[in-house]
Amino acid sequence: MARRLHLLLLSAVAGCGLAAPAARAEGAPDPVGDSSQTPQVVQPELERRKVEPVKVPTQNFEAGVLVGTIGIEDFGSSVVYGARVAYHFTEDLFAEATIGRSKAGRTSYEDLSGAAQLLTDSERMFTYYDLSAGWNLLPGEVFLPRKYAMPAAIYVELGIGNTHFAGDDHFTVALGTGLRLVVNKWLALHLDARDHMFRSDLLGKDKLTQNLQFTLGATAFF
Amino acid sequence: MLRRLTALCLMLGLAAAAPAVAAGAAIEVVVKDPYIDLHTGPGRGFPITLSIERGVVVQLVRQRTDWVEVRTDRGKHGWVHRSQLARTLTVDGREVKIAGPLPDARTAHRWELGVAAGRLSGADVIQANGAWLMTESLMLRADVSQVIGNSSNGWLGTVGIAHVFVPQWRVSPFVGVGGGVIHVTPKATLVDTRERTDTTAYGAAGVRGYLSDRFLLQAEYRGLVVFTNRDDNEENDEWLVGFTYFF
Repeated sequence: MARRLHLLLLSAVAGCGLAAPAARAEGAPDPVGDSSQTPQVVQPELERRKVEPVKVPTQNFEAGVLVGTIGIEDFGSSVVYGARVAYHFTEDLFAEATIGRSKAGRTSYEDLSGAAQLLTDSERMFTYYDLSAGWNLLPGEVFLPRKYAMPAAIYVELGIGNTHFAGDDHFTVALGTGLRLVVNKWLALHLDARDHMFRSDLLGKDKLTQNLQFTLGATAFF
Repeated sequence: MLRRLTALCLMLGLAAAAPAVAAGAAIEVVVKDPYIDLHTGPGRGFPITLSIERGVVVQLVRQRTDWVEVRTDRGKHGWVHRSQLARTLTVDGREVKIAGPLPDARTAHRWELGVAAGRLSGADVIQANGAWLMTESLMLRADVSQVIGNSSNGWLGTVGIAHVFVPQWRVSPFVGVGGGVIHVTPKATLVDTRERTDTTAYGAAGVRGYLSDRFLLQAEYRGLVVFTNRDDNEENDEWLVGFTYFF
């Protein structure tokens, strides 16, 4: 009997203990140090508001096209066209990936001999791709008469890549220089001169060929 | 009932439209540095035409490399270096994230992208590589290379892990292992003209040095083993020098 009473009292106290916090949570939070009840530690259930930091939109990528002429050593001059993508790391340094294509002409041997063809038509496709590092050597502003001032820079580039020509791949080093004129917020115009250098033994002797290219290009910043 | 419904639709519509408006508008911030200098262009050589003092509200329009274009209330434009905007907060107290390397970028960066060039048993190699740093010193690497040689050309792709010994130092050595696939196309002038694809494995050792908070230079030697289906496996030496961007 006494045991049952004990158990009853114990369960009642436990029940009150469980109910009290629930009642507290439902009602308004009690002020700290409320002396009317036994002092309780206030445990606020505050959920931290997740504040997302604001990002400033960046515009470090540049992509565009180029067109011009290339003089392929021994094969005359021909039109070259291509595309480029650049990423600007700092105001001085940028990296650029370029791909370009041209159809080589005939060698003077083929012209003079009349019949002999050194390369088939498909072998005459001169395709190059490379990755270069560029340095903005002379950045500044260019002034067109009276009203227009545009940021511009003269840069130099050194790249490594591959040239596919005459059915073969050639490890290529490209050295170039160019002028970039930033016309407005997103458009830039380019004037480039580039030399693609690779070793070739197509005409019997193994030699370092120089293939000079002059192009005009337009790129967009994004 | 209908009135309540229309009111609800209107509120939802406005709520949907508001973020779109906010995204297009420039970010309004309060200048926290003693003053900020507005240059006429995104470069240190461009002259300063305006200085704005602390406490003034300006708008951040866009960022190009380390420079942020700023617009004042009176419509004046200029470019400010990101160091002068390091502690700015927006008008409602939010943090502004301006892209750039963190002070502890050398040990805290997680990704690397790079290019390398070198020689593989007499042939030229150009390689594009990437790495993911699992910890400060352990990284997972993957690379694709084009091998251009006198007697054959090929493509090589590998994955591997590397361990950098003391990443806190400016120059530190590393070792790595990995494996992959090599596809070789012998040139037509040789007798054996079959293209072949074989698996490879490599052990690498090299050294890397930080050039700045964004770039490092790596030099590496790889002992490459090609598992051919002939009696002997090929052992090749590969030397690479590379330039890597990390972020």
